[in-house]
Amino acid sequence: MKTHRNHANYWAFVLHRVSGLALLLFLPAHFYVLALAVEQAATLDMFLSWTEAPLVKLLETGLVILLAAHMTGGLRILAIEFLAWRNWQKSVVAITGGLSLAAGLLFFLNAG
Amino acid sequence: MSNNTLTVEIWRGREEGKFDTFEVPRMASQTVLDIVTYVQRNLDPGLSYRFACWVGVCGSCAMTVNGKPRWTCRTHVDKVADEGVLRIQPLKNLPVIRDLAVDMTEFFEKWTKAKAHFVPTATRHDDFAQVSPSDPKRKEATAGIECINCGVCYSACDTVAWLGDYLGPAALNRAWTLHNDVRDGGQSDRIKAIAGTGGCQACHSHQSCFELCPKHLNPTASIAGLKRATAKAALKGEI
Repeated sequence: MKTHRNHANYWAFVLHRVSGLALLLFLPAHFYVLALAVEQAATLDMFLSWTEAPLVKLLETGLVILLAAHMTGGLRILAIEFLAWRNWQKSVVAITGGLSLAAGLLFFLNAG
Repeated sequence: MSNNTLTVEIWRGREEGKFDTFEVPRMASQTVLDIVTYVQRNLDPGLSYRFACWVGVCGSCAMTVNGKPRWTCRTHVDKVADEGVLRIQPLKNLPVIRDLAVDMTEFFEKWTKAKAHFVPTATRHDDFAQVSPSDPKRKEATAGIECINCGVCYSACDTVAWLGDYLGPAALNRAWTLHNDVRDGGQSDRIKAIAGTGGCQACHSHQSCFELCPKHLNPTASIAGLKRATAKAALKGEI
């Protein structure tokens, strides 16, 4: 790709921004389901049994990866801004990506 | 393109314009600036562009080459025209005067806004300052001092594109080198200048400036240093 943006640190920025926006969209639904526990316990139970479906587990795995990517990406930014500079920034991006995928894999393997 | 010629698309006009296509003879070790100069001298004398030294010192020949800002005098065609076509445009994030020449006024005005100039504290009657090359602050200054003001980092910076007031990587890099210069007397004014809107905190750490700096400087690292310096100054109530 012929653009000044095609490098690891820029892709890390894009992933951090996109994961943040995706989690922002998810949160209202998350709070709505939590609110069911107060007034509609039966509906909540139905919902929880639905979440046992394999496809939903797969979607949840994606959610865990997004969460992990946003958290590790945020820690990466904090390290850049508050710790002494390190020249292995691309390695840090690789580590954050690896940790995010590992978190997703760990969740998926324990989901059954 | 035949084996002996290269298809070159060159931007013509200002913000509005079009690409003109030229066939330029290939030569060994040919640079992008050689190509532009061939077009201007042999095919279209009306082409506007800017250069001076031809050897990577003056910083005046930067252009966008196949999508990336580069200094054209030290960019070999072999390195960038891997698909047989060369597309040359003016630098992004700066107003186009005409064709490949951009107006650098705002780029240099931002150096002034960042107080990126040396403020002397000694007179001609004082002895030379003794600064050890191994001093940690001097090492930080030395790492960023070789900037030639070519504007490549400024053109590659998305924060400059998104936030018009942003001082940009080059001015902030210079401010960082002066922040670490023990002889400089402008520290207080400078930290205030680079802490406000459009200052160092606006940087998103994309690091495109570092990726593309032809001198292999790291403005993102300099800006990160300024972020730490402004955070300390804020905690001390200095800004």
